Amino acid sequence: MVILLTYLGLLAVTFFIGRVIPVDPVLAIVGDRAPAHVIARVREELGLNKPLYQQFYIYLGKVLQGDFGTSVLTSNPVMQDIRRAFPATLELASLGILIGAGLGVPLGVWAAVRRGGLVDQVVRVTGLVGYSVPIFWLGLMALLVFYARLGWVSGPGRIDVSYEFTLVPVSGLLLLDTVMAGEWEAFANALSHLILPASLLGYFSLAYISRMTRSFMLNELAQEYVIAARAKGLSEVRIIWRHALRNAMVPLVTVIALSYAGLLEGSVLTETVFAWPGLGLYITNSLQNADMNAVLGGTIVVGSIFIGLNLLSDVLYKLLDPRTRVR
Amino acid sequence: MNDTTLAKRETLHDWLMSDRPLSRRQASLGRAYNACRTFTRNRLAILGLLIVLALVVVALAADLLAPYSAYIGDLRTTRLLPPSSAHWFGTDDQGRDILSRIIHGSRITLFVVLLVAVLAAPIGLVVGTVAGYAGGMVDAVLMRITDIFLAFPRLILALAFVAALGPGIENAVIAIAITSWPPYARLARAETLTIRQTDYIAAVQLLGASPWRIVLRHIMPLCVSSVIVRVTLDMAGIILTAAGLGFLGLGAQPPTPEWGAMIANGRLYVLDQWWVAAAPGAAIFVVSLAFNLLGDGLRDALDPKAAK
Repeated sequence: MVILLTYLGLLAVTFFIGRVIPVDPVLAIVGDRAPAHVIARVREELGLNKPLYQQFYIYLGKVLQGDFGTSVLTSNPVMQDIRRAFPATLELASLGILIGAGLGVPLGVWAAVRRGGLVDQVVRVTGLVGYSVPIFWLGLMALLVFYARLGWVSGPGRIDVSYEFTLVPVSGLLLLDTVMAGEWEAFANALSHLILPASLLGYFSLAYISRMTRSFMLNELAQEYVIAARAKGLSEVRIIWRHALRNAMVPLVTVIALSYAGLLEGSVLTETVFAWPGLGLYITNSLQNADMNAVLGGTIVVGSIFIGLNLLSDVLYKLLDPRTRVR
Repeated sequence: MNDTTLAKRETLHDWLMSDRPLSRRQASLGRAYNACRTFTRNRLAILGLLIVLALVVVALAADLLAPYSAYIGDLRTTRLLPPSSAHWFGTDDQGRDILSRIIHGSRITLFVVLLVAVLAAPIGLVVGTVAGYAGGMVDAVLMRITDIFLAFPRLILALAFVAALGPGIENAVIAIAITSWPPYARLARAETLTIRQTDYIAAVQLLGASPWRIVLRHIMPLCVSSVIVRVTLDMAGIILTAAGLGFLGLGAQPPTPEWGAMIANGRLYVLDQWWVAAAPGAAIFVVSLAFNLLGDGLRDALDPKAAK
């Protein structure tokens, strides 16, 4: 119910942005020197002579069918463009969250166990820096150091041009496609392009995930069942990883799902810096060319995923925590 | 002489820390004193406060402090110079001194942060207190709207707003404010729910005060401090979002020395003239770090429950 309302709210806001805020979409199309009958005809073709609620109804119907109109910039249907750009973003954000959660959870656990120790300080500083540094600037500086000066990784883009046309896109995920084709050289190339932006996104989710893991674990380690387990003579490793972390995992799954959603959204800036041909770059390119159909289409797709992951985290929470189950 | 001042301070300390205050003034002064003590014990928070104060001073005295013009450079002699004693942070592609531009840019950062706080916090405060005090249908509808806005992707939505309104610093501020009020509404509602159960609210109701008067005069003032803490913690995020919009060319327009836009400009030269992009980014980093430290300290001092 809430999800439906939220989604309707998202569509209402994008409708409002696209149809109501611009002074007159007809003038934007025909220009201000067009004769009156042309203006009237275009107005009718666009359905702008109908009352606003009817326009919204028509808009809803179109969006639900996946029709976001045509992009002025590429002259393709917006949905087609988005379908082409999305795998790049998915690949980037997924590797990012793998890095972030894979390092962030153990670091957070460690910080909680050795409270006030070295790892705890590192987690604290990592978190503070992660919350304070502009991601696009850090990306630029990382490019400068690791690509231009040290030459450890490849530069902007997804893959070198020489490989670009030899690959048959199957899933659109380059790492997967190159492995399936057995093109190991291309795989290595794609990975060397991917690793820097993915680590960057990974760092930002790590900052958040490790901080949350630490506070959840501190909470669990103070519970009585931990004392009981110690009294029973269980090893510290077993208590921490099997008992406490399992309980801390419940809220942690929500945190990870939310930061995954945040990465999909946050990739707008990262993709711009790394010229990564994903959804974020598509939206910003469209923005710069005043291509409103594409911008709003991208907004709706990203927004839907964001809302979907929000819902998923709620569902997972209920599944994992027996106390919230309805008897 | 020395002994007497010491003794006097001791008694003042005791008077302030007294757990049986004799007057309202003593009680409130004692609370403020206690909060100050907690705050000043946190050295990082003090550092944050000092940096924020420095930002304010730099913004106010930008014309006096900036060694060169922020808008006009010399294209023939000072183009893309590396950092030196004449130009501490180097010069950009228009021959402008980067330090001077950063100093002037602090005004824009401060302007954005203050304006977003002034716009978003009251919206959240009103929505939250009204929902919490009214209850029933009003509460359900207002909180549903808040939930909807809370589930939105903020940066993308701000992007779409700015795209429709047109680029510019004012529109960026409006877009950020529209997307950042829901957490304040949640917070204010939670506080209101506990406040409305208290005896003094029942007393004001018996005196016949109107609901609006109760909300505005008796509930809202009590929610302000926790909202202020939350706003301070959010300021780093506001600065980063504004800089991101500027970086994408949707915030302040050139030649305005906005820090995000300066990074976007420096991006073109980053491989050879790294200082053009590095300096404004470092400025953003330092200022948002300061707001984070200050916010953490304020939270610990004013709201001991929330501190971990």
